[in-house]
Amino acid sequence: MAEITILEAVNLALARALEEYPDVVVFGEDVGVNGGVFRATEGLQKQYGTERVLDTPLAETMIAGMAIGMAAQGLRPVAEIQFMGFIYPTIEQMICHATRLRNRTRGRITCPMVLRAPYGGGIHAPEHHSESTEAIFAHMPGLRVVIPSSPLRAYGLLLAAIQDPDPVVFLEPKRIYRMMKQEVPDDGEALPLDVCFQLRDGTDVTLVTWGAMTHETLQAAEQLEAEGIGCDVLDVATIKPLDMETILNSVAKTGRCVIVHEAARTCGVGAEIAAQLAEHGLLSLFAAVQRVTGYDTIMPMFKLENDYMPSTERIITAVKKTLEEA
Amino acid sequence: MTNEEKKCIAKFEIHYTQLLNQAGERVGPLPEFAASYETLLALYRTMVQTRTFDSKAIALQRTGKMGTYSSSLGQEAVATGIGHAMLFEDVLLPTYREYAAQFQRGVAMSEILRYWGGDERGMAYAEQPHDMPITVPIATHVPQCAGIAYAMKLRKEARVAVCVLGDGATSKGDFYEGINLAGAWQLPMVVVVTNNHWAISVPRKVQSHAQTLAQKAIAAGIPGEQVDGNDVIAMRHVMSNALEKARSGGGPTLIEAITYRMHDHTTADDASRYREQAIVDEHKRLDPIDRLRKYLIANHNWDDTKEQALHDACAADVEAAVNSYLDTPPVPPESMFDYLYETLPDALQSQRDEVERRGKQQKGGD
Ligand SMILES: Cc1ncc(C[n+]2csc(CCOP(=O)(O)OP(=O)(O)O)c2C)c(N)n1
Ligand SMILES: [Mg+2]
Repeated sequence: MAEITILEAVNLALARALEEYPDVVVFGEDVGVNGGVFRATEGLQKQYGTERVLDTPLAETMIAGMAIGMAAQGLRPVAEIQFMGFIYPTIEQMICHATRLRNRTRGRITCPMVLRAPYGGGIHAPEHHSESTEAIFAHMPGLRVVIPSSPLRAYGLLLAAIQDPDPVVFLEPKRIYRMMKQEVPDDGEALPLDVCFQLRDGTDVTLVTWGAMTHETLQAAEQLEAEGIGCDVLDVATIKPLDMETILNSVAKTGRCVIVHEAARTCGVGAEIAAQLAEHGLLSLFAAVQRVTGYDTIMPMFKLENDYMPSTERIITAVKKTLEEA
Repeated sequence: MTNEEKKCIAKFEIHYTQLLNQAGERVGPLPEFAASYETLLALYRTMVQTRTFDSKAIALQRTGKMGTYSSSLGQEAVATGIGHAMLFEDVLLPTYREYAAQFQRGVAMSEILRYWGGDERGMAYAEQPHDMPITVPIATHVPQCAGIAYAMKLRKEARVAVCVLGDGATSKGDFYEGINLAGAWQLPMVVVVTNNHWAISVPRKVQSHAQTLAQKAIAAGIPGEQVDGNDVIAMRHVMSNALEKARSGGGPTLIEAITYRMHDHTTADDASRYREQAIVDEHKRLDPIDRLRKYLIANHNWDDTKEQALHDACAADVEAAVNSYLDTPPVPPESMFDYLYETLPDALQSQRDEVERRGKQQKGGD
């Protein structure tokens, strides 16, 4: 079996879904003929036709709204927003409708849609192409927000998102789109949503992260291992709703926690995790929870993007701080 | 009621202006400004300079000295006409291919390079106080243009707000909302739709079933017209008329400028995936610079010596801009905090300190 990237795994999962479920429709700007600006939908239109894989006019509100309409009719729309920086016109549709249809109609009408978007910094992209604003969606009741961080999880979680009976925002960390390769069996098997994945076992400190930051976090864990510090690394994967049980169990074991995310600090998903640790895990903590995050600034243009984003070194410093405090 | 019994209560026509054909020959009476050799030369020079800049910018990207860049190749006449027709006190809201207009309005070539080099200082525009910076989120600037135009109207200023967007952009709600307000409030604004036939890989006809994009103006209650966007004289002419109308209280206009995107969407794109090179080559015949050159040769004794001198002068200007760009001092990392608010809130001071300290450590470590 050939090894594939996250991007290829997304493509594979989309193809599998189109193959298995006649109700799946894939659409967005440049997804058809061009195969998506990152090639996530490459070849799909050729394979599954222009009725199920469509290029839309340039209009994000419309893309989200039509996904809701299709979903309300029992289709399984998988809509692409070209970059997360252009997802904001969908917010009204998502918060006023996608998340509420089931509730407003007491279950009569549901919204099994997926809104995919590449997100995050670190690829020297132009202005508005590098933000991590997942917390905006995590704040919406009724929504799932899912972020894969490996080819296996991209495949399994995207299939899960498409099968899920409720709306899912599926954010793809584009910096690691092509960074690693894994063997991904095309078996149509979904991975579970709403659970964290343990990426590394350790007993000294819990590192909680998601998306592209798993890369720096694992690097930090490896360097710390050489100094005799064992890190339990968790990929949150579904950032809404949160699997706090796994995080709390890990912290019960280690007594220390560092949360790493690329998004701005204030009201980031890390704040929710830290709050829940304070509520439910305070007595297992030996040290204050640390957050290593983007700063509360506008995501700078790419000359400064590396100064903005958490580095391995910043993560190591934070881990050491939790150890010094104890 | 049968169809025959229905009364027609509204009709519309969309006019198209071309003054020079592709051979550079006059196809109609030329406007007064076109009698001036100096004016034609200024238009020609701007187009040549913009194209020289463009190929240099692409080279900088290709050699890793700059980030993604959006080329204006083949579309130079549109922004040249816009920029030349506008008064300095007017306000331009560009997208990302209107370099020719920006250059005429005081934006430095080195600033545009800084922008695509990933540096906010490329939007500081030392010589242009009031124009808006490049807009990347498509069509978001159309309602802003209406707001700027309303500010002008409220203060009874004889100024006009000009917003430029693409064919793809006319599919977005912001566009309709903005032009609707322009019509409803009769705002002093001109909306230019640069129809270059493509929105990345999506062809114009996939965006809209409407025969023209200009007719979208009709629904907003404002006049819409088409112009040959590769005919700089027509472009300048139509633009001047729309500006004059808006300036004198006559309300907004929408201009659809027909041109063609000769390059990839940006340097990150590969247009060969979705369009035939033969179709692109077809459009070379319509080149805006060739067209005006032919006119200058036929009517103003333009010759190879003058052409060469102009190219040399433009190349020297571009070279100076590139050197200025390459010599740009590094951005201090902590500057990411310095323009968030007028005064940095106390709550952010420790974050700024951290970035500053890390910046110094890194420098020290080098
Ligand atoms: C709201 C929004 N959606 C998507 C994009 C990504 N994108 C950048 S340019 C572009 C196509 C724009 O086409 P058009 O309006 O015709 O302008 P052109 O690039 O042809 O000048 C797209 C989809 C964006 N910048 N903003
Ligand atoms: Mg276009």
